[in-house]
Amino acid sequence: MVAYTPLIIVLFPLLGFLFLGLIGSRIKNEKLIGLIGSGTVGLSFLVALGLFFQMTGLHPEERKHVVELFTWISAFTGTASSFSVSVAYQIDQLSILMTLIVTGVGFLIHVYSIGYMHGDPGFWRFFTYMNLFIFAMLNLVLADNFLLMFLGWEGVGLCSYLLIGFWYEKKFTGDAAKKAFIVNRVGDFGFLLGMFLIFVNFQSLNFDAVFGRAAVLNPNSTMVWITLLLFIGATGKSAQIPLYVWLPDAMAGPTPVSALIHAATMVTAGVYMVARCSILFALAPATLEVVAIIGALTAIFAASIGLVQNDIKKVLAYSTISQLGYMFLAMGVAAFTAGIFHLMTHAFFKALLFLGSGAVIHGMHDEQDIQKMGGLKKYLPTTYRTFVIGAIAIAGIPPFAGFFSKDEILWKTFSGEYGSVLLWVVGALGAGLTAFYMFRLVSLTFEGDERFDHHHVHPHEAPKTMTVPLQVLAFLSIVGGFVGIPASLFGGNTIEHWLEPVFAPANDKLRLTSHSVEWTEYLLMFISVGIAVAAIYAARTVYLKRAELAERWKNKYASLYKVLLNKYFVDEVYDKTIVNPTVKISEGFLWKGVDVSVIDGAVNGSAKLVALAAQGIRRIQTGVMQQYATVFVGGIVLIMIWLILK
Amino acid sequence: MNNYLTDFWQATPIVSLAIFALLTLIVDAAGKDKPVLSYWMSLIGIVVAAGFSVASLGASTPLFNTMLAQGGYSSYCNLIFLGSAFLCIVLSRNYLERLQYHRGEFYVLIILATVGMMLMAAALDLMIIFLGIELMSICLYVLAGFIRKKEKANESSLKYFLLGAFATGFLLYGIALIYGTAGTTNLALIGKSFPQLSHNSLFMIGAGMLIVAFSFKVAAVPFHMWAPDVYEGSPTTISAFMSTGAKAAAFAVFVSVFIRTFDIGGTKLSDVLAIIAAVSMIVGNVTAIAQNNLKRMLAYSSIAHAGYMLSGIAAGNIEGETGILFYLSAYVFMNIGAFGIISWMEQQDDKKLTFDDYAGLSSQHPAVAALMAIFMFSLAGIPPFAGFFGKYYVFLAAVKAGMTWLAIIGVLTSLISVYYYLRLVVLMYFRDGQASIEEKVSAPAMAAISCAALFLIVLGLYPSLVVDIAKGFFKI
Amino acid sequence: MLEGYIPIFVMLAGGAAFGIVMVKLNELFGPKHPTEEKYTTYESGMEPVKSARERFSIKFYMVAVLFILFDIEVVFLYPWAVTFKGLGVNGFITMAVFIFILLVGYYYVWRKGALEWD
Repeated sequence: MVAYTPLIIVLFPLLGFLFLGLIGSRIKNEKLIGLIGSGTVGLSFLVALGLFFQMTGLHPEERKHVVELFTWISAFTGTASSFSVSVAYQIDQLSILMTLIVTGVGFLIHVYSIGYMHGDPGFWRFFTYMNLFIFAMLNLVLADNFLLMFLGWEGVGLCSYLLIGFWYEKKFTGDAAKKAFIVNRVGDFGFLLGMFLIFVNFQSLNFDAVFGRAAVLNPNSTMVWITLLLFIGATGKSAQIPLYVWLPDAMAGPTPVSALIHAATMVTAGVYMVARCSILFALAPATLEVVAIIGALTAIFAASIGLVQNDIKKVLAYSTISQLGYMFLAMGVAAFTAGIFHLMTHAFFKALLFLGSGAVIHGMHDEQDIQKMGGLKKYLPTTYRTFVIGAIAIAGIPPFAGFFSKDEILWKTFSGEYGSVLLWVVGALGAGLTAFYMFRLVSLTFEGDERFDHHHVHPHEAPKTMTVPLQVLAFLSIVGGFVGIPASLFGGNTIEHWLEPVFAPANDKLRLTSHSVEWTEYLLMFISVGIAVAAIYAARTVYLKRAELAERWKNKYASLYKVLLNKYFVDEVYDKTIVNPTVKISEGFLWKGVDVSVIDGAVNGSAKLVALAAQGIRRIQTGVMQQYATVFVGGIVLIMIWLILK
Repeated sequence: MNNYLTDFWQATPIVSLAIFALLTLIVDAAGKDKPVLSYWMSLIGIVVAAGFSVASLGASTPLFNTMLAQGGYSSYCNLIFLGSAFLCIVLSRNYLERLQYHRGEFYVLIILATVGMMLMAAALDLMIIFLGIELMSICLYVLAGFIRKKEKANESSLKYFLLGAFATGFLLYGIALIYGTAGTTNLALIGKSFPQLSHNSLFMIGAGMLIVAFSFKVAAVPFHMWAPDVYEGSPTTISAFMSTGAKAAAFAVFVSVFIRTFDIGGTKLSDVLAIIAAVSMIVGNVTAIAQNNLKRMLAYSSIAHAGYMLSGIAAGNIEGETGILFYLSAYVFMNIGAFGIISWMEQQDDKKLTFDDYAGLSSQHPAVAALMAIFMFSLAGIPPFAGFFGKYYVFLAAVKAGMTWLAIIGVLTSLISVYYYLRLVVLMYFRDGQASIEEKVSAPAMAAISCAALFLIVLGLYPSLVVDIAKGFFKI
Repeated sequence: MLEGYIPIFVMLAGGAAFGIVMVKLNELFGPKHPTEEKYTTYESGMEPVKSARERFSIKFYMVAVLFILFDIEVVFLYPWAVTFKGLGVNGFITMAVFIFILLVGYYYVWRKGALEWD
């Protein structure tokens, strides 16, 4: 194995970022910019792929290795408790998988963006930010210590902010970007505190050191605090209750950004972080319970909102939140592999769906309201076909990718030591809702009557640079699940074996036993597929065959509909209870009271004092040599007195 | 007794630079009015000496009957001095041509001063320290008054000389007292008997005299009075050299005497140094606020920086030593960068030296303004520039040595310093004005300053680059 | 302890006595014809009391400085020559280096014309 391969993987996007950032504005040729922007990510992907194949040839124990580049910050003394952090990259089964997802899906989305962003005045800026994002994300997943991971974590947050507000001339994109940033700060604060606690307890931030020391501990309350704080960080980045509110607004950014950052990669960082720290969470069963409950709640909560949204991207955004909930549910019931597996398949089909929606928006001249669409399959055949594949995959119909991963999670929720039947019911119900809103979306967008204005809108299929990535992702959404076919369906569950060494310490700690195939597993599989099929049928009936039904239900359950449409009024509640009071207190008390009178007063006062002192001391500097010598001698005398008398 | 010829051969950095200085002097005297030749020869000499220094970074060997140490710590310091001298020479050429004072002797004097600095860092004996300080100082006295028809230059030269001679008297007196009590001038031998000597008040007075003399050279309060006047009157590039190279050399001596030789932790000497550090930080930063002339502002800022570094000396531990070595390498480049840009702006008769002359610079010269901003941020100690880690390390040393109060004063006064550093940045970027550079900046000068800025960023992101080297020198 | 210094004290006393005796003898036997000029401090033409801020030609300083420089050379050379045998080769090398550096300075001074009075 070439020792510095991880470095090369990380370096390409960085070079792309630097190049485009420095001279991108002077390159007039869009093709060249697109080529550089996507090429660097593509090269990283190829290198990562090569590394991956090399790893498959090795014995499982030999697959992990760490490349230490340099000591980043060190605090001298060689004692065990001294603070020392390296810039070091860790390649293991989990991080290579994440790297492949980030660079692979990232590459496709970069290619797609060449078509999507065509003609935008900020074309070069877009690719600059995107490359920076890939660089930061790779740092996040490849880091071998918490601090470097945090650097990547903040880096992707910054890129997310920049890209949500990419069209900064509109006010609402700026607001959305700020919201994303500020909500994430809350989570980041938790992450930081968790990191401090880790350092205090383990005297290191290095993964190997921390996890090695943790492996011999017993569950205790400190670990609960650490993991809870880390999980708060994860809820921010991965849009879980209560910090999910920024993600739907983040759809203000360009659609490829929504696909890459707010669906496929960045928002899964929280899941990755929990998986990476699985041993710490294993030491805190109480936290695991919290994670599972939050995950399940988010899954069904967001899915229910998705039922009634009319903005094509908003539906997908709530769907993303809901799917992330499933991943956390998996983490919470200690089904770490299943969670990562779902992360991967979700990256495929959610990127596909977002890019498909982007193609629709592109074809409809920036129209996002599905009530003004309909019958588009005639005009956008490729988009339609791939979109349906994505919808089937997310709905969990076998043998598409989503089925295997979601089913794995549901089964582990039902059967695992840390799961429960109640959580399973919630999960299965959420899956049904998912299937329903997805096919509602498909039906309203692509099928049925054409509700758009034929005079102004002429739907057209997207260019090749956009459809090819769609087709590749559609292919992956079909076959992506085959790496995780469970034993009950006569599969090898390759991904579980691949990831086993990573989660072995946590599994040992939790004393998880592997289950033999049971008949209940088939039953549950059957039930969940049944729910999904029923939901799809229901959606098609309501929105295609008997459109009046939808209208009638809307009137009958008007209050419920209103609650859902307004997303349970959570934003309003947050505004009332947190944002407005904070603003009011900030304005009335902190700004006008504390800031102006106390702090400004103190600052200006001390500044005045200093300035006064400065004027005073300045007078001593007369320019007369004899006085200088006098001061000099005065100093000597004082020193001598001190040295002799004290 | 081994042959001195081999010793000469081994002390390559110092010897080669001295030979280059003499050669340059001969060439300058032989040909008429070709200062460019001296310019190039001195640059080559510096590069050669730097090459020898890099080659000997690893181990250190005593030479000339343990008078000099070659390699290791001294080589590291050499690189700092040589870097300072190199930048100063590159910047001086245009500056002197503009003022019509381009003479070959200028460069010779800079190199000879650098030889003196290298002797100071390499010294293993108090006599060599004295020799080095004098060699350096005499050259600087002349350089300070190099623009000899300018009244202020004469004034600054004379002031520097008189007070310098005054300080030298105390240095010699201190050496004499130490010799009288310790019976030797060899640093290693004095270090061995330091535990007993530290109860001898005559010895302590001698050591106190050394503190006085060295504090004068680093411009620490209350021996700082010369600095603003001298920096203001000297050619700007020489102010840069004095505030970086000469200060670094004085700190190199401070470290080798007070940390490496005396184990001052917890003694009265440490208290004295801590007080000097605290007063320097306060007086330097507070007075800098009231300045309108940039050169004077930087003079007070350099007094404050001397205070920061002295807190590392006062701590007297490994963190202090490593911290100072890091601080010096950062400080030299940021200060010389700031002075360099001032030398570009400056016009005949001390015009364009005030803060207001920089208003709106960013719109006329975005690159220059950006570089200046980097230097200001670094001087203010704002990450990710090297200045931040410099302060971090010396304050850390102070805290570890149980002098938390000193670190607190340091942080508070740094806060004050942010005001006057950022004032310049604000003027450059957020005020309308007609600031401009009259003549074109030469490419080598621009390249040199850009390299200094780049170095600050690299060090700020990757402090271990230098810290790891510096850590290896502790207690030889 | 102080016995060793007795010859010196004798020498000092002898020297002082000789000086005093000679001056007093001169005073006793010498002829005296005082005039006003003769009573001034420096009778060779210097004004004893006037403003000290007088300008001298820089040439005087040049000569003085050069004299000090090369005089130090002699001060150095003399003890070196006395102990030359004991110092051996190293002594020779060191002094050769010293003389060489001094020569470079001499060459510089010469080329710059500092040795010419006009």
